[in-house]
Parts: sequence; C-alpha cells; structure tokens
Amino acid sequence: MSTSTMPSRPAPAELVDDGPGQRLYWAFADGWTIVRRGLTHYVRQPTNILWQLGFPIVSVLLFGYVFGSAMSVPGGGDYREFLMPGLFGMTMAMGFMNTAYAVVLDTTKGVTDRFRSMPMAPSAVVTGRGGGDLVGAVVDLFVLAMTALVVGWRSQAGILGTLAAFALFLFLRFALTWVGVWLGMLVPNEEAAGSLFAVAFPFAMISSVFVAPALMPSWLGTIALWNPVSSTVTAARELFGNPAALGDTWIEQNALLMSLVWPVIITAIFLPLAIRRFQRLSR
Amino acid sequence: MTHTAIVAEQLHKHYKEKRALDGFDLTVPQGMVYGLLGPNGAGKTTAVRILATLVRLDAGRALVAGYDVVEQPRQVRRSIGFTGQFAALDEVLTGRQNLRMFGRLFHLTPKQAARRADELLERFDLVEAAGKGVREYSGGMRRRLDLASSMILSPQILFLDEPTTGLDPRGRNEVWESVRSLVAGGTTVLLTTQYLDEADQLAERIAVIDHGRVIADDTPDALKTLIGGDRIEVVMKDAADVPVAVKVVARVATAEPEVDDTSRRVHAPVADRVAALTDVARTLQDDGIGVEDIGLRRPTLDEVFLRLTGHRVEEQPDEAGGAGEISSPDTSRGATR
Ligand SMILES: Nc1ncnc2c1ncn2[C@@H]1O[C@H](COP(=O)(O)OP(=O)(O)O)[C@@H](O)[C@H]1O
Ligand SMILES: [Mg+2]
Repeated sequence: MSTSTMPSRPAPAELVDDGPGQRLYWAFADGWTIVRRGLTHYVRQPTNILWQLGFPIVSVLLFGYVFGSAMSVPGGGDYREFLMPGLFGMTMAMGFMNTAYAVVLDTTKGVTDRFRSMPMAPSAVVTGRGGGDLVGAVVDLFVLAMTALVVGWRSQAGILGTLAAFALFLFLRFALTWVGVWLGMLVPNEEAAGSLFAVAFPFAMISSVFVAPALMPSWLGTIALWNPVSSTVTAARELFGNPAALGDTWIEQNALLMSLVWPVIITAIFLPLAIRRFQRLSR
Repeated sequence: MTHTAIVAEQLHKHYKEKRALDGFDLTVPQGMVYGLLGPNGAGKTTAVRILATLVRLDAGRALVAGYDVVEQPRQVRRSIGFTGQFAALDEVLTGRQNLRMFGRLFHLTPKQAARRADELLERFDLVEAAGKGVREYSGGMRRRLDLASSMILSPQILFLDEPTTGLDPRGRNEVWESVRSLVAGGTTVLLTTQYLDEADQLAERIAVIDHGRVIADDTPDALKTLIGGDRIEVVMKDAADVPVAVKVVARVATAEPEVDDTSRRVHAPVADRVAALTDVARTLQDDGIGVEDIGLRRPTLDEVFLRLTGHRVEEQPDEAGGAGEISSPDTSRGATR
C-alpha cells in the first residue's frame, strides 16, 4: 500500500447538473464506452469468436458436404448456395444467447449494480450492450462469409444488394438483442442462461435455414414459414441471387417486407420488456 | 459542507411478507468508519443498497451527502462509491482497463481516466498486476481493484458491503489496510460485516442490526464493555480441577467465571488481556494443574446478540459458522434480482 496522500479529486467533465442536451450527449458517450468494452473483449479473447462460430462452421461442412448431396432445393439450384444464407441467419438467430449470457454474468457479478450506482446514463447499460453485440455480429458475419466464399458460395448481386442482405441479418440480430437482454435479466444464473439453448435451437432450426418449409409436414412448415428467421433468410437469398425455394404463400412472397417488419415487432415487444426488467432491479 | 454524511429515518422495505428493513434509523457523521454489524439476513445489504440508490424504499427518508436518495439519485451517485458483496469487475478486462472504463463512465476525460487509473493502481498496490486479466487475480486483489473502482471520484462516502467475506486472512488484512488509508484521506465509510472483530478493527462506531432494525449503536469499546470485553478461556485436563481453575480465573476476571462442565471449560471476561493470561497460566503451572488449552477469546457476534436481544443469532438453514463468525456469505441471494 502506498502511503502517498490521496491526490485531489479529479473534476468530472460534467460539472454542472445536466440539461436535456447534456443528458443526450452522455447517453451516447456512456453507451459508446460500454460498446468499447465489448470490443475489448473480442480483442482480449479472439478465439471466442471461433468458439461461437464453431457450430455454424461445422454446419457448413456437415450440411454442405455430408448431407448436402442428399438435399434438394425445391425450384432448383445448388444446395450449398441455398444453405449459406441460411447459416448466416441461424447464427444471427442464436446470437441472443450470447447477449443473455453476457447480461446474466454482469448481473450476478454485480457489474450491473456498480453501473447503476454510478452517475452514468442508465440507458447506456442496455444500449451499449446492443451496440457491442451488433459489432460482434458484424465480425461473426465476416468470418462466416469468408468461410462461405471458400466453399464456393457467391453473391450474384452487386455491392448494394449484397450489403443490403447483410444489413437485414444485422437488423434481425439487433432486434433479438432485446430478447437476450430480457432473458439475461430473467434467468437466475449462468447455467440457466446456457439452457436457453433449448429455446434458441428450435427457433433457429424450425425455419427455412436448412430445408425449404415446403418439404416439411404442413403444420411444421407453417410454423417455419412464419418464423421471423425464415423471412430474413429468404429475403437475403433473393437479394444475394441465391436459390430461395420460393413458394407462393403470402409470407414468402413478402419476405423482404417481413424481414423489416418482424424485427420491428420484436423490438416493440422486447425492448419495453427489457427496460421494465431493468427498472425492476431497484425493487 | 457541514451536512451529516448519512441520515436514515425510519426506513421500511419489505419483500412480500418478509420485512427486510423495519424502522431502520441511522446517523453517520462525516469522516469516520461506521460499522453495520449483524447476522446473515439482518437487512445490512438492503440498507446499503437503498442508501446507494440501487433499491427503492417503501417508506422513510434517507439523505446521503445531503441529497435525498429518492429525489436526487444522480447527485447521490456523484457523491458515493459503492462496493457490493461480490467484486463487481469485468473479468475479461485487465485491472487497468477496468479502472479506465469506470473512469470514463464517471465522466472523466480519457486522459483523466488514464491518469486516475494509474494513481489508483499505485495506491492499491496493483501496478504489477495492472496488465493482467482480472480473471487471474486473487480474492484480495479483486477486492482491492473493486475498492479502487469505487474511489475513482474520491467519493465523500463509500459503502462497503461485507468487504472481506470469503477472503483468507491475508486478503482480509489487505482490505483492512486499504480501508484505513481511505479514511485517512477523509472519506466516510459505511461498512457492513458479520464479524465483530472486523467492526472492532475498523469502525469508530458500530450499529448492531437485527430484523431490519438498529438495536444498539455505540463505540466498539462501549459495546464490548456491555458484553464484557475479551474473555479468558481455560480448558482443564481433569474435571476435578475445574473448581481450582474457577478460583484462579476469578482473581483476574471482571465478572463471575462461567463454567461448562461437559467440556471442562472455564471462561470469564478480563480487562487486561495479557496480564490475565500470563497470571492464570503461571499460577496453574506452578500448582502443577493439568491444562489442556488456554487462551484469550474475543467476544463473538453471537455473544453481542445474546446480551442485546436475549436470543442467539438465529440459525440459518444454510449456515456453517464457527466461533466469531456467523455463517458463510449469503450467496444464495446474489445480485440477480
Ligand atoms: N430481492 C429480495 N427478494 C426477497 N427477499 C429479499 C430480497 N433481498 C433481501 N431479502 C430478504 O430480506 C432480508 C434481509 O436481507 P439482506 O438485506 O440481504 O440481509 P443481510 O445483508 O444482512 O444478510 C433477508 O431475509 C432476505 O432474505
Ligand atoms: Mg448481505
């Protein structure tokens, strides 16, 4: 223990009590600090990305090569071309588990409480998480797209169409962040967060990710068609110019529209739930 | 500023039927360490969390640094440091990165945050570990970093919720050292503990809390006088020697010795600990009387409670407490609410 006396109290940049402008500024600044924290996690544990992507990458090999020859795409087209956008979508769909896990760690370790005891913008705890996870999702998509390119997947669209398709994936992931935040505050501990896999797995799988819903039993196919993941994946396939196995149901014909509507609905439901849950911490 | 550091009046907080706080009153003057002593479940954490603006109170009024915790939470947050029951750190980041991040969130500029982080690392003796991930830190190091994180703005008031629970004696000493030096710098500390000796070591005043209410509030010395201070304890080899021991112990004791026949134990409060111990040991040895064990024992929280309330600290189903401590940390109720 050094015996030097305490240096004088550093003056916080925010001196006077804040007007609305100040508050807005700090909401963004604090959110950005939390996003940077998430980025530092990636830098400090780069191999984590590979762990997180282990499942989709194994799926590329398993479904692309082992089962792939037995798979057919209704309406024709190469199965691997069909599969890759599906795997992008699957990774986005399951990403909320990472969010939930990070949130539950912060809550049980008391980091969330420390944040709440500080004069920072309370909203930053939640928005920072969303921003950080979005950056993580960009990294995920980049690594997956590289893998897909290696196994021969190509986007037939121009730069704009390709970027638009990736933006749709990120939009879905962003909306699902609030599901993750909400669940992360709902579950009691890390183990329980791990068991969320039982929710994430069917959510991602009962969709058009691996198989066209037309090939499923009709009740299951209907669920798969109306799964938000399917809308995003189908819309992306169309944008990429990949085989999309497009049926003539309304939901498939309007995949692009629905790939925008679903995330809005998800956000409208789960963002308020997440905020309420956050506020309930002070009960 | 001449306000009282903390004023709590008739705080009430209940969870369903359970009354966590039930008319909790506390006044903490500036610049001292104030100990909040009580068994597991007494309401210590609830009280601290209300004062740190983390939990809303049901009724009552609390001023921290002169600000109302309900009406002016932002001002309160700017005046306090909070260290919860578990070290609240980002395990992946390094010690330095943690401090810089918290510094930014306290709205220091990047430069200020970096400089402050370095000062605190030095001050809490963490310079060597600064670049290591917190995951690799020992319990004592984590606690020190945790304390450092609460000290970024040199808060007027620091809340420490069971800062040493779960630490080994070495880690405990490290934390005690840190707390002492903080107070030397003028910080007011409100510290909760389940250990009487910890409150005794650190606190200038102690409030004893039971069932969500303060049942005694005094200096450690006064509390110890109330329950009779340190005790000498002699265990005889032979039950026949117990009456002799009682006589010998009575000569140095400040109260009638108590006898436990089954364990052949004689104990009594003493004023001058060392003189009493040497006197009794020498006398018994000179008389050739077989002693199995002899020692000084500080009063336990259990004894404080017995005196104050007439009942022992209530048994908790999940506890495994030894002498001088009441139970393992109440991990069953983490911060997951
Ligand atoms: N969030 C909560 N929900 C339900 N009961 C709670 C909650 N927090 C505390 N309690 C109860 O309130 C009482 C006081 O708890 P606490 O303040 O944690 O005591 P201490 O910190 O002294 O061990 C305990 O009986 C505890 O079970
Ligand atoms: Mg407690």
